[in-house]
Amino acid sequence: MKTRLRPPGFVTSAMIFAYAFLYGPIISLVFYSFNESKLVTVWGGFSVKWYSELFKNEGLLNAALQSLKIAGLSATLAVIVGTLASVALTRFGAFSGRNLMQGILTAPLVMPEVLLGLSMLLLFVSMEQVINWPQTRGWLTISIAHVTFSIAYVVVVVQSRLKSVDRSLEEAALDLGARPWKVFFVITLPLIAPALLAGWLLAFTLSLDDLVIASFTSGPGATTLPMLVFSSVRLGVNPQINALATILILLVFAGIVVAGRVIRANKD
Amino acid sequence: MNRNARFTRNGAGRRLVVGVPYLWMVVFFLLPFLILLRISFSESRIGLPPYTEVFEWLGGLSFRVLGSFSNYQFLFTDDLYLSAYANSVKIAAISTALCLLIGYPMALGISRVRGQARTLLLMLVILPFWTSFLIRVYAWIGLLKSEGLINGLLLWAGIIDSPLALLYSPFAVYLGITYSYLPFMILPLYASLERMDGSLLEAAADLGARPMAVFLNVTLPLSWPGVIAGSMLVFIPAIGEFVVPELLGGTSTLMIGKVLWSEFFLNRDWPLASAVAIIMLIILVLPLVWWQRHQQQSEGDK
Repeated sequence: MKTRLRPPGFVTSAMIFAYAFLYGPIISLVFYSFNESKLVTVWGGFSVKWYSELFKNEGLLNAALQSLKIAGLSATLAVIVGTLASVALTRFGAFSGRNLMQGILTAPLVMPEVLLGLSMLLLFVSMEQVINWPQTRGWLTISIAHVTFSIAYVVVVVQSRLKSVDRSLEEAALDLGARPWKVFFVITLPLIAPALLAGWLLAFTLSLDDLVIASFTSGPGATTLPMLVFSSVRLGVNPQINALATILILLVFAGIVVAGRVIRANKD
Repeated sequence: MNRNARFTRNGAGRRLVVGVPYLWMVVFFLLPFLILLRISFSESRIGLPPYTEVFEWLGGLSFRVLGSFSNYQFLFTDDLYLSAYANSVKIAAISTALCLLIGYPMALGISRVRGQARTLLLMLVILPFWTSFLIRVYAWIGLLKSEGLINGLLLWAGIIDSPLALLYSPFAVYLGITYSYLPFMILPLYASLERMDGSLLEAAADLGARPMAVFLNVTLPLSWPGVIAGSMLVFIPAIGEFVVPELLGGTSTLMIGKVLWSEFFLNRDWPLASAVAIIMLIILVLPLVWWQRHQQQSEGDK
């Protein structure tokens, strides 16, 4: 009866359509980044001139550096806080406030960005009035905001890993008298390392990609890459943005291939 | 002593592990919503901060309330806001249905493939999610505009005589939201379909059920948690979506996320923007609470 489980014609054609739908726009974006003509949709011959212009665009490079800094910082913090939360939720059994904790860690996953952005800006403004900090809004306030919504994603990834790892090693170590902290660092941490890496990469990309929350929580001095891209594409298509998009897509591709290798190597 | 409690006999360490994430989320996630609520009762003014005080402290524990419901009154008397809310819910609901329509067969297909091919197909669903949201929405501008690829193909094929106004239309917004949220629908659907016991399907088929009957009576009910999770992950954030209606909808599509943005950034009316946000939050909390209950129930069933 195996044959019954093979995808029938309808499902196969629906899948082909869906993958074309997912990848068509991305492929067209990459294709037109090599277009000589400034009119993005008219083919004027092969050229890499938009790439060289991109690397001469100082404002864009500064914004990219700013974004990388924020993404690195917020991903690292989100993994630390998110891992603590995941350990509490999977290893501590029932404790008071567990349901509330699970709730506030799930809500940011679906909360519209305009809500997160506005409410967090109002927090920073009120904090400045009450405790005189933060005096300027910029990379630090954006990073705090990014940590807050990234934690939720880190928890999803790390929690599911913590649930699935074999507990007998932890139990054995505890039976032999090891302290819980030692058990965590020597046994649990190496077992969940691939999930920590995946969570970090996820938080990093989410931060690098965020426009709305950064726009709300940023100050006059700080412009991130998505903010710059947004103000440019608002005016219509721009081949430099196509070139930038192509580079980002290549980086993501490379990142996923490397992460896949690392995870597979860890499994063996 | 149960196995969960054993992990932390050490009281201080346990408090730290629970306390740090708790404190972070309370200060940076819950508290901001209380401040949002407070400022929604104040009034806009010129100065820093650009809103009036809601409470006046009279010393000790006594205070006077200065805030008012004027922002909410304004929201409910101006048609612009009410129709923006209604329109956002409608657009989010239709886009969710479209995601389900495209995503379900795809998740089903992936769950029936075995081995390396499945990993690859799954990877191909996740990959767009990792590439910039903004850039994926931007890609549609190039495809949809009047001298864009889609109009070019249709003109070349002789299906139309003059370019269609695809960009800056409600159609473009449905397309954009469906496109960018599709992975969020497929992944939970796949997770619930993958867990399904294949022998149930074989049993139904052996007992003579037609493929359609197997699907309706076995596959669909078993994948219901995935359908609900996927729909929530698309519907709720789509209500407040800003980037898609801004870049693809032009001035023709009214969505509440865009209204909030312009109240804040263009009119600089922070209290009114806060009131818009509070009403949006109330609309979202209803399905969220229902979902949370549903999840706890199904966890309890196990």
